[in-house]
Amino acid sequence: MTNPQAILKLTDVHTYYGNIHALKGISCSISKGEIACLIGANGAGKSTTLMTIFGVQRASQGKILFNGKPIQDLKPEKVAALGVSQTPEGRQIFPRMSTYENLEMGAFLRRDKGEVQKDLEWVFSLFPVLKDRMGQLGGTLSGGEQQMLAIGRALMSRPELLLLDEPSLGLAPKLVEVIFETILQINQDSGTTIFLVEQNANMALGISDTGYVMETGKIVLADKSSVLLESEQVKKAYLGE
Amino acid sequence: MDLSSFLLQQIINAVFLGSIYSLIALGYTMVYGIIELINFAHGELFTAGAFIGVIVLTALQQMGFVETHFVLTMIIVFVMSMSYVAVLGVAVEHVAYKPLRTSSRLSALLSALGMSIFLSNGMMLSQGVSDRAYPQVFGIEGIEFMGARITNGQIFIIILAVALMVGLQLFVHRTRLGKAMRATAQNKTMARILGIDIDQTIRITFMIGPALGAAAGVMVGLHYGAVRFDMGFIFMIKAFAAAILGGIGSIPGAMLGGLIIGTIEVMWAAFLPSAWKDVTTFTVLIMVLYFKPSGLLGEGTTEVRV
Ligand SMILES: Nc1ncnc2c1ncn2[C@@H]1O[C@H](COP(=O)(O)OP(=O)(O)O)[C@@H](O)[C@H]1O
Ligand SMILES: [Mg+2]
Repeated sequence: MTNPQAILKLTDVHTYYGNIHALKGISCSISKGEIACLIGANGAGKSTTLMTIFGVQRASQGKILFNGKPIQDLKPEKVAALGVSQTPEGRQIFPRMSTYENLEMGAFLRRDKGEVQKDLEWVFSLFPVLKDRMGQLGGTLSGGEQQMLAIGRALMSRPELLLLDEPSLGLAPKLVEVIFETILQINQDSGTTIFLVEQNANMALGISDTGYVMETGKIVLADKSSVLLESEQVKKAYLGE
Repeated sequence: MDLSSFLLQQIINAVFLGSIYSLIALGYTMVYGIIELINFAHGELFTAGAFIGVIVLTALQQMGFVETHFVLTMIIVFVMSMSYVAVLGVAVEHVAYKPLRTSSRLSALLSALGMSIFLSNGMMLSQGVSDRAYPQVFGIEGIEFMGARITNGQIFIIILAVALMVGLQLFVHRTRLGKAMRATAQNKTMARILGIDIDQTIRITFMIGPALGAAAGVMVGLHYGAVRFDMGFIFMIKAFAAAILGGIGSIPGAMLGGLIIGTIEVMWAAFLPSAWKDVTTFTVLIMVLYFKPSGLLGEGTTEVRV
């Protein structure tokens, strides 16, 4: 796929954990402003892909370009500074910091106080419950609240690219719907490019423009999400039809 | 002296000793909080602070500076001791702990022990093995009230200790860097993902913790009138117990733990055979840990709910 507008481009990326070959040559390209999703079974390598993009795991081979700039050798804090943010698997809320402080940490690299305040209001409008939980410690929030906080915190850096790792995991079906609607709304409100990792293939393909299907460290299918939703292969393996 | 004034006197002594233990305990707890390592070299950093204090104070006294500029003298002594030890703390981290950050806990622990022995020997060689007298700048003047007595030196030390602890609380809760430090302590990978330079926050922890220990070292020197290369040991044991009692990793816990250990020690010595006071301290510690293994204010679990 050639894509002149690519905000993120991975070319033949390999990642190892010791001698476990977790990513076996991943290539993909995400356009500015779109929602792309990466679906696949447990253990396929989805989280590893996000962590490799962020530099938490180092790619042993391959290239990662963000806005045309190679980032595969950057530390996570440098990747963050370029305008990438992430809600990792398991939310990773700071348990002994308040909801407000968790959101503040999201804006750690920003100095534009006034604009940060505006984004805070925006996050509260997306997730009103967070405003009620302002002073409560992150560790005492419910799973759903923590997920909203994790997304809110990631938005506080005003990212160009937002990486979401299984935001629906462990949430009640109604809440899952709320989260997916909000993801769509974030993309529409702010134009933030979103790379969504999900096991909930139906929902993920439903709100995204482009989809990638991953199996044991490799991308096996890549197409428009609407096409993937109709694909027999995807239907059988991931949509439970 | 009647019982109530005797009791008041013991409370004064307990707060005094307790605040010194608290200051030292903070160094253990902050370092543990951020890299889950017991900094065995902390006792030596405390002693180093006491030595820098005596060296600077003696020099200033010989210049006749103490009589003319008392407040300035104290500022210079504390600032120099604390900054020197802050730099030493960062050096210890860089040399002994940073290279082992991803190795096993046992290697880091051994490295910490090695650092402790190295610093202790360094001080023995450079400062000698005998007691070194601290200039007695406070004299014996004090305030009497309700039959109890508190010296000017004690008042000064308690106020300074409290100010340092309040300052620390403000730093970690109100400043950007302080919050980054707490975030690093709670989840390093997430902190990095948010753009926090964790090498920097760890370095800052290794400046603040030892600097507080150095301040306590100068306080001990000023009050007891002497320092020696191995003085860190007994304070280290007590402060370490205080940190554990309060809940290692918890800043308010270290403050509370120090106060409790100081109180037990003073009260026991006041009313019961003082030879047993240290045994009692540790009995209480063991009992608290039996009922609450994470310490008084420690977190039962640091895991985030999924
Ligand atoms: N920290 C780790 N150490 C060793 N192996 C890991 C680690 N994290 C993930 N793996 C392995 O890498 C593969 C991909 O995992 P992951 O990226 O978490 O998959 P997914 O997010 O798609 O469920 C799996 O086989 C998993 O066991
Ligand atoms: Mg995963």
